[in-house]
Amino acid sequence: MTEEIRKSFPALSATVYGRPLVYLDNAATSHRPQAVIDAWTSLVCGANANIHRAVHHLAGLATDAYEDCRNQVAAFLNAPSREEIVFTSGATAAVNLVAFSFGEAFVREGDEVLVSVAEHHSNLVPWQLLCQRKKAVLKVLDIRENGELAVESLENLLSERTKIVAISHISNVLGLVNPVQEIVGICHKRGIPVLVDGAQGVVHEKVDVQELDCDFYLFSGHKLYAATGTGVLYGKRKWMEAMPPYMGGGEMIEHVTLEKTSFAPLPGKFEAGTQNFNAAPTLVPAMTFAKACREDGSVQKEQQAILEYVYEQITRNELITLYGTPLASKIPLFSFVVKGAHHEDLALILDKMGIAVRSGQMCAEPLMERLGVTGLLRASFAPYNTLEEAEYFIKSLDKAIKMLL
Amino acid sequence: MTLEEKKQEIIEGFSLYEEWLDKYEYLIELGKNLAPFPEEKKTEDRLIKGCQSRVWLDSELRDGSLYFMADSDAVITRGIISLLIGVYSGRPAQEIAADDFAFVSEIGLKDNLSPTRANGLASMIERIREIAKSYGRE
Repeated sequence: MTEEIRKSFPALSATVYGRPLVYLDNAATSHRPQAVIDAWTSLVCGANANIHRAVHHLAGLATDAYEDCRNQVAAFLNAPSREEIVFTSGATAAVNLVAFSFGEAFVREGDEVLVSVAEHHSNLVPWQLLCQRKKAVLKVLDIRENGELAVESLENLLSERTKIVAISHISNVLGLVNPVQEIVGICHKRGIPVLVDGAQGVVHEKVDVQELDCDFYLFSGHKLYAATGTGVLYGKRKWMEAMPPYMGGGEMIEHVTLEKTSFAPLPGKFEAGTQNFNAAPTLVPAMTFAKACREDGSVQKEQQAILEYVYEQITRNELITLYGTPLASKIPLFSFVVKGAHHEDLALILDKMGIAVRSGQMCAEPLMERLGVTGLLRASFAPYNTLEEAEYFIKSLDKAIKMLL
Repeated sequence: MTLEEKKQEIIEGFSLYEEWLDKYEYLIELGKNLAPFPEEKKTEDRLIKGCQSRVWLDSELRDGSLYFMADSDAVITRGIISLLIGVYSGRPAQEIAADDFAFVSEIGLKDNLSPTRANGLASMIERIREIAKSYGRE
């Protein structure tokens, strides 16, 4: 099955330095299946026109593709309505949108915003900026020694001044599925909304925003096999309607005079300017692929085999410290340090062996500090990775370590 | 040995290895043998920005020549530093300041190292040049 999947990803047949590419940097960006490439090509070639306004044929095709994609995203997330789905340029843009617009409407001096210590900078810095702007206070939820969120201390961190909690579904470093539903339950008891950064989560987990009951859920297209520059923000209608626009411009208006402008209803209010209409509809085949992988027993079996194999090999090596250890909530994403071998040296050597891994601070400097490391090596797997690749990775890692020690 | 002869020696030493993994073995060996750098000198002002690994560079002027000492927490980086220091340490500041550092491209270091590493290398070269220029003016 994996072989079939691999055939539909042209980028995977590449060789680097004369060796077959082993791409294990999927948490940074995934590759794109032929269906995504074809969707983009057919839009560019056959339906390239600016959406919504013009009455000509091509504009109709482009608008239909774009708005149909919104329907499909709503169905993919089980959102109550299509108006609660806003297209963005990615997860970062979506967090910034909420941090700005929700902040303008609801955050005042002395109020509090809560994030976790394990957040990607994208779900941290926008909140820091908001807190600076509003003289609000940023509170931080810690992690346990095994990398899980310290949910037991959440109650104590919340107060009547807490206006929003922003948390990742799955950390891009620790690779653990966070208990989002439990967190939402705790926060909602106090009437506090929760934003979930699903950049990693949507790739690995089935997301039902009504079941999670989160107030905002967002993700990037490029980590989910779609074109770069695409992204989604789901927001509950009650918040989205109360929030002022993030950017002003074309498309987001209802009526404009020189004195005053009234804004378009949702979702247009948050989609100012020309949208990424060639790329956004690539989310449709991308979501189809992601869903098929989740529902295919043999794909899941291979993913589980990779998870267990790499986990076992890494945790039994006395030189390696893995961060994010509970296997029950682990996805096939491994961040670790090797005693005596620098992450950058390891990544450089693995690169020459054809293996693409990430090294460094993973856009999560506060987490690095919390873990007491200067950086990590990360291998993150996708459904198109095989067990053979995992074995080659482990063998190559051993070889690289031997070179360095 | 002139600066050019010194460079040629490094280029020839490096060209012995065809495979990049062997070149890395060589750099690792050089890195491991780099002269120890005192812990107390690993200060913020000696730290070079732009590298994924941390690099510290120190210098002193003795009898009209500039000497460099450096360290990194990554061993391949230490190997690269060792190459650079091997070429430029003990040279007059003005000669270093006037050099084009092109030999780094000649041994393929810039092209074959990862982009972040190339940035780190550029930052190292920039710092060596800055130091040389500042002494050269005195």
